[in-house]
Amino acid sequence: MSVVAPRAAALTSPDPTGSEDAAERRSSPSGSERRSRWDDLSVGSIVPKMQAEGLRAYFGKMEVLKSIDLPIADKQVTAVIGPSGCGKSTFVRCLNRMHEVVPGARALGRVLLDSQNVYDKGVDAVRVRRRVGMVFQKPNPFPTMSIRDNVLSGLRLNGVSIEDPNAVVERSLRKVALWDEVKDRLDRAGTSLSGGQQQRLCIARSLSLEPEVLLMDEPCSALDPIATARVEELVHELRKSYAIVIVTHNLQQAARVADFTAFFYLGGLVEYNRTDVIFTRPRERRTEDYITGRFG
Amino acid sequence: MRSYTRRKLLDSLVRVLCCGAVVLALLPLVSVLGYVFVRGVSGLSIAFFTELPKPVGEVGGGIANALLGSLEILGLACVLGIPLGVLAGVHLAEFGSSRFATWVRLAADVMAGIPSITVGLFVYGLVVLTTRHFSAWAGAIALALLMLPGVVRSTEELLKLVPESLREAALGLGVSRFRTTLLVLLRTAAPGIAVGVMLSVARAAGETAPLLFTSFNNRFWAGSLEEPTASLPITIYTDAISPYAEWHERAWSGALVLVSLILVLNLASRLLLRTRVKAS
Repeated sequence: MSVVAPRAAALTSPDPTGSEDAAERRSSPSGSERRSRWDDLSVGSIVPKMQAEGLRAYFGKMEVLKSIDLPIADKQVTAVIGPSGCGKSTFVRCLNRMHEVVPGARALGRVLLDSQNVYDKGVDAVRVRRRVGMVFQKPNPFPTMSIRDNVLSGLRLNGVSIEDPNAVVERSLRKVALWDEVKDRLDRAGTSLSGGQQQRLCIARSLSLEPEVLLMDEPCSALDPIATARVEELVHELRKSYAIVIVTHNLQQAARVADFTAFFYLGGLVEYNRTDVIFTRPRERRTEDYITGRFG
Repeated sequence: MRSYTRRKLLDSLVRVLCCGAVVLALLPLVSVLGYVFVRGVSGLSIAFFTELPKPVGEVGGGIANALLGSLEILGLACVLGIPLGVLAGVHLAEFGSSRFATWVRLAADVMAGIPSITVGLFVYGLVVLTTRHFSAWAGAIALALLMLPGVVRSTEELLKLVPESLREAALGLGVSRFRTTLLVLLRTAAPGIAVGVMLSVARAAGETAPLLFTSFNNRFWAGSLEEPTASLPITIYTDAISPYAEWHERAWSGALVLVSLILVLNLASRLLLRTRVKAS
């Protein structure tokens, strides 16, 4: 895989070789402003799978995200950290257009998935969500369905006919390392599993749709340390195939699993960089205060 | 220590009062059920369920036409009222904040309080006068109107009880709103909605007033849904106000059948609710 500058790739993808062209073509003021913002970071070269550009989000009249520009690297883990209410959950929910599901909520700006703005008029939010899967804070398997049906639910509810359901179930459950634990009781209710298992079941459910990006909104906050460790191992595994965004309150978790980390504060993006840079030599005072526990 | 004794005493006193209130409240129910059973059970036989009523002076006969008529009218009412009510309930639960929904909700609440005789008169004006004859259809429309508010509101309330996280789970999987509502929300709430629907049906099953001017009565089998049709409540009513002792007996037995029918509906919904609670 050739590596290119982040902004250029967002414009030209899926053909990364055309990056120089694109960089030249791009000369709007906002573009150059953004470039200067990323260029002097220690991010190195990344391939963004998604890219937020001037993303603003509102609940009613209240602005909860203030013009966010942030790339989501492909086949890497991006952690979003920040104190409660800083807009990190809203940010990931904007990436697959789940934000607008809440009455009164709306988003402005652009979110590129490959080179397509998911907020373009002609784009169907439902299709975006199939490509950008989501795992929620609290495990939410469907209570009326068995383990097997939960895994297949993404396909079945979408009306996709499944040629070999058993293979899909096994493949998805193996991806989340749940197969050996549940293979003898696939017909039991999904809610009969432990919290950690339920969360991995929910991840399997998302993966059965073969998404390109996986958004995880505090996936471990309802889990004990052992279950958390399993999910983190899983994130390590999954990053080989997906672009992953993980929202977390747990700074150690961000340090453990993420390649890149974005620090949000009061609805704004304060700092984005390689995780080791964020945690060892942050450029912003507020970032340093937060990761050293002085506030938040 | 004295305050402890006082508390104990007060506790027992309130407990006795509560138990007394329960007994007092149950007394009418138990005595009605008991009396209807005692008076009605002697008249029950196979013939009672399979034969037409006999004219005055003849022994035997039954209320088969009224039983069938009641089931017909009630069944039709369900076909008309339940889908409409469930759809309206889905609308209220899903788009409940719109101005239109506020009015629909208000209308449902007002409708729930309308006396049933008024509904009967309304359908008399709407259907019977325009078609110029009584019919099972008219009765069914009246009963459907009566069960509608219950169905609407119980559907709405039970859909609202489905956790938001399930809706998000489905939407997050790229499932359309329509399919999410149909396949996830309604399916999850289905047992509860069924209970609400059953209670509404049970309420409509015992209504007499709305049938008086709509399906009217018939001493014989109704040939079609376009004809006046006998029903249990109306048959009981006309038998009971008649001057003949044997018709009075028939009214008691008919009442027993009707009460049992409603009781079964109620108990079935309770049972459904209980198995549902166990499953979750």
